[in-house]
Amino acid sequence: MEKAKVAFFDFASCEGDQLQVINLEEDLLKVVEAVEIVSFREAMKGHSDDYDIAFVEGSVTRRSDEARLKEIRKNAKVLVALGACATLGGVNLLKNFQEAENVRKFVYGDKAFQYETYPARPLKAVVPVDIDIHGCPINRHEFVMVFKSLLLGKKPEIPNYPVCVECKMAESICVFEMGMTCLGPVTRAGCGACCVTEGSYCWGCRGLVDNPNADSQREVLAKYGLGLRDILNKFRLYSGFSEVAQ
Amino acid sequence: MNAKAERIIQVHHVTRVEGHGNIEVKIKDGRVEECQWQVVEAPRFFEAMLRGRKWYEAAHLTSRICGICSIGHTICSLKATEAAMGIAVSEQTAQVRKLLLHAENLQSHLLHLGYLVLPDLLEKPSVIPLAQTHGEQVLLVIGLHRLANEMSDRLGGRTTHPQRPVVGGFARWPTTEEMETLSQKLESARTDVMALADFLGSLIEKFPRFARETEYIALTHPAEYALYEGHIGSTDDGQWPVEQYKGIVNEYLVPHSTAKFTRHKRAAYMVGALARLNLNYDKLSPGAKEIAGKLGLKPINSNPFMNNAAQLVEVVHCFEDSLRLLRDLHARGLKDERPAVSVKAGRGTGAVEVPRGILFHEYEYNKDGEIVWANCVIPTNQNHGNIQMDLEAFVDQIKERPTEQVELMAEMLVRAYDPCISCSTH
Repeated sequence: MEKAKVAFFDFASCEGDQLQVINLEEDLLKVVEAVEIVSFREAMKGHSDDYDIAFVEGSVTRRSDEARLKEIRKNAKVLVALGACATLGGVNLLKNFQEAENVRKFVYGDKAFQYETYPARPLKAVVPVDIDIHGCPINRHEFVMVFKSLLLGKKPEIPNYPVCVECKMAESICVFEMGMTCLGPVTRAGCGACCVTEGSYCWGCRGLVDNPNADSQREVLAKYGLGLRDILNKFRLYSGFSEVAQ
Repeated sequence: MNAKAERIIQVHHVTRVEGHGNIEVKIKDGRVEECQWQVVEAPRFFEAMLRGRKWYEAAHLTSRICGICSIGHTICSLKATEAAMGIAVSEQTAQVRKLLLHAENLQSHLLHLGYLVLPDLLEKPSVIPLAQTHGEQVLLVIGLHRLANEMSDRLGGRTTHPQRPVVGGFARWPTTEEMETLSQKLESARTDVMALADFLGSLIEKFPRFARETEYIALTHPAEYALYEGHIGSTDDGQWPVEQYKGIVNEYLVPHSTAKFTRHKRAAYMVGALARLNLNYDKLSPGAKEIAGKLGLKPINSNPFMNNAAQLVEVVHCFEDSLRLLRDLHARGLKDERPAVSVKAGRGTGAVEVPRGILFHEYEYNKDGEIVWANCVIPTNQNHGNIQMDLEAFVDQIKERPTEQVELMAEMLVRAYDPCISCSTH
């Protein structure tokens, strides 16, 4: 059987998700044996437009970048969004909630006009996306799971229940009990509640579960002393593109 | 070859680097008419996005400036917030942060040398075919890279975008057991580190001979090889407290780059492993000095390709110094310290050495602990001007060679800086 051809691309991002693929270490050698990687700028020279699966990291922040993404969509049989910037727009969307000219001028001063930008958006706002690999950064084991499913022609199973479920399984103490606030109750699981386990709280990087109870979450956050502005700030850190934060 | 012919070299985009950068060269009648390093990465406007964010969110957000040096951004951000609010951290916090910076240097340098540079030296497009021809060495690189990632996991919570380091200290400390396991693993990797240093060292002759005098800037400290703290130092002259960084970096814009450029007293300066080695050679660990000696690397070396060699020396330094820090922490016993923060208005600067050089974050907070103004100056920002000047001098030196070779060698020059391009645009 002919090997599937795989390509990696990125738009506005930190490239931390492609780095997780490189971080597969010995398993990366198995991955490259199973497929043919035809484009991966961060790790190899050479490029081909002939590929079956495209993994795309980053969000679209310039109109001029849309053509490149549409070309990738046209070439690929399956397009996978890699990481929060691609699936949700991620932290890049924070600038959308500020006045656009002010944002450009704050960084580039009187030369701001030279630097093209428009409201940041996830890939799905520009082209259809087949599969989302969530997280900031992605979890490399989840990447392998999705990767295997794709090669087997199966639909990967991405959890659609909140982080709280995994947090209970990890036997962590609820951060609300410790005087912190958390987006775990409305955020899609699959990370093993890794931020809570490491002493932090859920920041919402995997996006909201389908049909989240956002109103109730707002009430909970308000009950723990957060004002409307703080609550919106929390949602907007990663989920600025969803209606909840608009 | 017809010297009269016009030759155009366009590399869109340079591969095996982080981010999107182009090289454009035009050679006509045997003269280099155009030679430009262009940064075409999409700007993300992090400094603007920081405005309105809370003191406990700044490090989480700025960590996302860079996937490769997220630990460095996290620690620099924490230091800026701590400076703004007058928060002092414990010796234990400083030591674990130093260990984390070592872990990141190891991750990043090994990734660069083993995955991104090695294919050039062995004339392959990537590390993938090397698994067949140099299997043993590739497994050596992978094994050490995995160890560096594991070190980040155990100390910071995660390989990339660490959760444990917070303002004032750590949200969670590694356990004594975790520290012991880490010490043991590092100790048993000593032979591998030295074997890798010997192997990569044996290829050093393959780097082009080229030198161009420039200014080197890095943190410097009287007692240690400065990575976590110190003053800003220059090989030209002078030392400055980190709060005076703006007088050193002097950021400016060029139309062909979305990333800012910087200059100090000369037209450009260089930061990174070679700059650190040029300034702080005496403070390297014994094993690192030995490797530097074998590589013929001593201050002041002005060959940018030797930045690769300096990274190799730092791999040994970070490895040896990590063992020292772990022994020290073990002897004192880890205490379960809780960070204490009292929020107040103020302005503060943080500076740390990250794999690609000196990094600055500066924030201004209002009384509610919200950022009202922010500035980040990234190492690769500071190297763009020097890359441009090196490229001009280097292409002129090799212009008679066949076009494909000029292209490859120009790419190798950019790669030697290990640029973090999207990070520099931020």
